[in-house]
Amino acid sequence: MLTRRIIPCLDVTGGRVVKGQSFLNLRDAGDPVALAKYYYEQGADELAFLDITATVESRKTMAGIIAELSKHVFMPLTVGGGIRTIADMREMLLSGADKVAINTAAVARPELITEGALKFGSQCIVVAIDAKRAGAGKWVVRTHSATQASGLDAVAWARKAAEMGAGELLVTSIDSDGQKTGYDNELNRAISESVPVPLIASGGAGTLEHIFDAFDSGRADAALAASIFHYGTYSISQVKDYLAQKGIAVRR
Amino acid sequence: MIAIIDYGAGNLRSVANAVALLGYDGRVTSSPRDVMSAQSVILPGVGAAADTVVSLKSHGLDQAIKEIISKGTPFLAVCVGLQVLFEETQEGGGCQCLGLLPGKVKKLPSSVKVPHIGWNNVRQANPHYLFDGIADGAFFYFVHSYYAEPASDGNVIGATDYGLNFASAVAFGNTVATQFHPEKSGAAGLKMYDNFLKRAIRGN
Repeated sequence: MLTRRIIPCLDVTGGRVVKGQSFLNLRDAGDPVALAKYYYEQGADELAFLDITATVESRKTMAGIIAELSKHVFMPLTVGGGIRTIADMREMLLSGADKVAINTAAVARPELITEGALKFGSQCIVVAIDAKRAGAGKWVVRTHSATQASGLDAVAWARKAAEMGAGELLVTSIDSDGQKTGYDNELNRAISESVPVPLIASGGAGTLEHIFDAFDSGRADAALAASIFHYGTYSISQVKDYLAQKGIAVRR
Repeated sequence: MIAIIDYGAGNLRSVANAVALLGYDGRVTSSPRDVMSAQSVILPGVGAAADTVVSLKSHGLDQAIKEIISKGTPFLAVCVGLQVLFEETQEGGGCQCLGLLPGKVKKLPSSVKVPHIGWNNVRQANPHYLFDGIADGAFFYFVHSYYAEPASDGNVIGATDYGLNFASAVAFGNTVATQFHPEKSGAAGLKMYDNFLKRAIRGN
């Protein structure tokens, strides 16, 4: 049976992971390679790396990190942040990434989704959507790290992205992100039920129950979280034990 | 030398890293001559099948693959690599593949989310050395929208359920192929590479 995925997300800038990970007791806790190994050994299903600087130079640094860690970590890797062209995608995939996430560039030019899918296969192209609530049952898409309005309706954009060849959607609730009050399950469900591709829920995980809810009421196929893992609130296996006990299929 | 075929798409590095980690001499190459002189050959699978067939042909790699398979060089194909061994695929409106194994490649049913992305069980359909030391039903990582339907069940060594029951690992002669990505499947996947390479290089 296909299992639901738990995906730790590492925010990287200048070759270092940001957000606290002091609990890890690693000699160098901000080292993305060490952290990736740590989560691999813990049983994470996939890893996401987000380049939050998103410049040409930082993308090169990211490519180097992915190349190094893929020598040690034999699991799926998704890279996002500042990917704008087919050449950017190729650079990441050749470095060892399995999937690339595009956000602002896809909104600016949706054809990029199709071009990427034709070149590398749909399964490589993740469209990341940052959505902000705009009333009951309505969300709008923001770009440029959620600083700019796009005018797009989130559910309609999700549908279009899937039609254009996205193999997966990474949906972040701007309202919930960093709040630890739970994922926006209404948003995730609205999108998940209108697209044929898998959905990764992001933004808001604070408790084990939040992750269960993302799968149960949010209809997500995967749950992404950062701080609960980085700060050591929960280990990957604690999350999976809890989910299994609640009847969600997970890999253990 | 183990030739890892580079046809211009996607992530070859993980395959090369797995081969290196296990202590073997892998060479990423798009040269038919390298492929024909290799002790063993791996065809990694990323990209679209139609594109892959075109790329293989443009490098003369399709003939090289046919030749090494017929002379019995141990050959491992992964994901799209598995798909292109069959006769034809529905992908891209339909296209001819290499025709080395009877059967067709079809789109996964719309009753489930497609692509099939994530960790799923592989049930060992027929005993095979590729699964030595790997538990029946072990999890492997999948990421694909199409699946192969071999004409003969005799070629199926692993099966997986997703919308339907499909062949997730096949074998014929000295060729083995997996729909999942062993190089992305943690310890079980590395064990599978080890099983393949040990047999291919050391003959046991």
